[in-house]
Amino acid sequence: MIPRIVSLLFDGFAYGMLLFVLSVGLSVTLGMMNFVNLAHGAFAMVGGYVAITLMNKAGWPFFATLPIAFLAAAAFSVVLERLLYRRLYRATDLDQSLLTIGIVFMSIAVAAYVFGTNQQPVQLPEYLRGRIVLGDFNFGVYRLFLIAAALVITVLMVIGLDYTRFGAQVRACVDNQRMARGLGLNVDNVFMLTFALGSGLAGLGGALAIEPMGLDPNFAFKYLVYMLIVVAVGGLASIRGAFLTAGLLGVIDIFSKYYVPEVGSFILYLVMVGLLIWRPAGLFARR
Amino acid sequence: MRKLFAGLGGVATAMLLGLSAAQAADPIKIGLIMSYSGQFGDLGTMMDAGVKLYMKEHGDTVAGRKIEIIRKDSGAAGTAPDVAKRLAQELIVRDKVDIIAGFSLTPDALAAADVFTESKKVAVIMNAATAIITAKSPYFARVSIPLPQAFDALGTWAAKHGSKSVFTMVTNYGPGIDSEVAFQAAFKKAGGTVVGGVRFPVANPDFSAFAQQLKDSKADSAFIFVPGGEQPAALGKALAEHGVSANSIKLYSSGELVNDEPLKSMGEGALGIISGWHYSWVHKSPENEKFVKGIREMLNGRNPDQFTVSGYDGMALIYKALEKTKGKADGDTLIAAMKGLSWESPRGPMMIDPETRDVVQTIYLRRVEKVDGHIQNVEFDKLEKVKDPVKEGLKAAGKLNPDGTAK
Repeated sequence: MIPRIVSLLFDGFAYGMLLFVLSVGLSVTLGMMNFVNLAHGAFAMVGGYVAITLMNKAGWPFFATLPIAFLAAAAFSVVLERLLYRRLYRATDLDQSLLTIGIVFMSIAVAAYVFGTNQQPVQLPEYLRGRIVLGDFNFGVYRLFLIAAALVITVLMVIGLDYTRFGAQVRACVDNQRMARGLGLNVDNVFMLTFALGSGLAGLGGALAIEPMGLDPNFAFKYLVYMLIVVAVGGLASIRGAFLTAGLLGVIDIFSKYYVPEVGSFILYLVMVGLLIWRPAGLFARR
Repeated sequence: MRKLFAGLGGVATAMLLGLSAAQAADPIKIGLIMSYSGQFGDLGTMMDAGVKLYMKEHGDTVAGRKIEIIRKDSGAAGTAPDVAKRLAQELIVRDKVDIIAGFSLTPDALAAADVFTESKKVAVIMNAATAIITAKSPYFARVSIPLPQAFDALGTWAAKHGSKSVFTMVTNYGPGIDSEVAFQAAFKKAGGTVVGGVRFPVANPDFSAFAQQLKDSKADSAFIFVPGGEQPAALGKALAEHGVSANSIKLYSSGELVNDEPLKSMGEGALGIISGWHYSWVHKSPENEKFVKGIREMLNGRNPDQFTVSGYDGMALIYKALEKTKGKADGDTLIAAMKGLSWESPRGPMMIDPETRDVVQTIYLRRVEKVDGHIQNVEFDKLEKVKDPVKEGLKAAGKLNPDGTAK
């Protein structure tokens, strides 16, 4: 009984951390910058394809591909931000949705053209595969790694945003643009860097997610719902909120699938609706 | 003046003759409805490669008539079956196609069944694999597989080769349930016990809860069915993380779990999985060697899978039937010609059952092994001329009409 509960808790939390690494960038772009960025998954997919190409074609070790995935997605997003996103910062939610959903569809078509429609085979190094057995308990190695990665990202993000000069600038710019501008901040640049940060995190999340979730051109769309749930329930601009919510949702999902598989993912959505009725701004909303 | 009329008459006659000559050489239009994009977009890629290779090898003219292909994307297959139905209607009414082929997933084929019955057009099913489909219209013919065909055979084989208790794991939709029912029934009939089962939601990124259920069931065997895409690899990894492998438990599956991409992702964890299926590129025959070579050239080294071979055989069926009817493509003549047709496919001998219009073929038992450092399937046993057990059951119960539709 106890090993089973521990195993479910562990798997659920790790699954939640997977959702977290995929979504944390969105709580920056959507949450802090208030841009309805439905193309978050497309940036994640950029990271995924960069990582997989470096591993399978160039023989890079998995860990070395992670920073490149971050940088590639960030660089790609800067191009799009300068060309497209920047023009719509003050546009309505609907305009932003239309732009970003268009980007998603285009990214799917481009990925299918360049990489083909097939699943990319992902084979990680031996030390990240398999499991660790401790008596009755067993832990998937990659799941442990995901939890660690999520913790590192959370700590860095919280420190970066709450305790550094750049973090203060970001918070100032997103909270009150006019005032920030009046104080001599280059809002334009800060927005660009913030957007690059969010998208870079998406790319990193994508690279981390290809092992458990696979990668094909549809990746850009497939997990969008989960990303939005994490950000919406966690409270838009809250990194801690996204972390705790993702963990909670992961555990709920795994438990419900174990004990009542007939209803499938229904319980996850039910919990989401309940939480949002209880706290419409999200569990850990700042504003 | 008379001369002028004679001349005009001559021109008119020539035009009429020319017209009728053109009619005789009218192309035969084939509409392909497949998921070229969306979650199951790769199915379209693979099926279409089979279609293209067949036409490359056999030319685009049959019985003096040119073959013209019109491709339609059913998009997110299965989730929007009304799209497939609308496309079938458009192809028949607007594009005036003679034959329709394709159908990636079951709901697409089921939704469009009435369209073929009403318009009397033949539809060749190249993938959709629920047993009942061919009983829904007398103009359906299938070249892929009715799933129970494989899993009836696999369930029986498992019970006779050391499996005592089984836990079944299938995706919760038509083909998954079909597979579960077939495997469980055959396993019980051959003396095994079914200790339980679970049906996964169709969209399911994490399988750890189900891997845990399998462990807790204490069954000595598991039967797994998941559709293609990212799920086979995700499930395989979840099993590995929970210490479930062919070393600890006997694993039986459909072909999807052990296709090339999931095998590459699962690596050594896949060793020992036994599957019952109609096609694998490792099958040894001259026909298959040629086929694999052709597909590798076309797809930059990718191996063909069950979707590719069905696209290829779908075209083979259409070509062979048209040869028999000397180019006549109306539904009744063509479907009559398809009934009982048999040929040597890359997968081995196959036939269209004259009673059910479903495929009769060899089911191979394969085990995942390491061959020259590559992890791949190895065929070790086979059952020949297997019919669809579901429709055989209907027939025995007197519930099948003479045209193969269900009463």
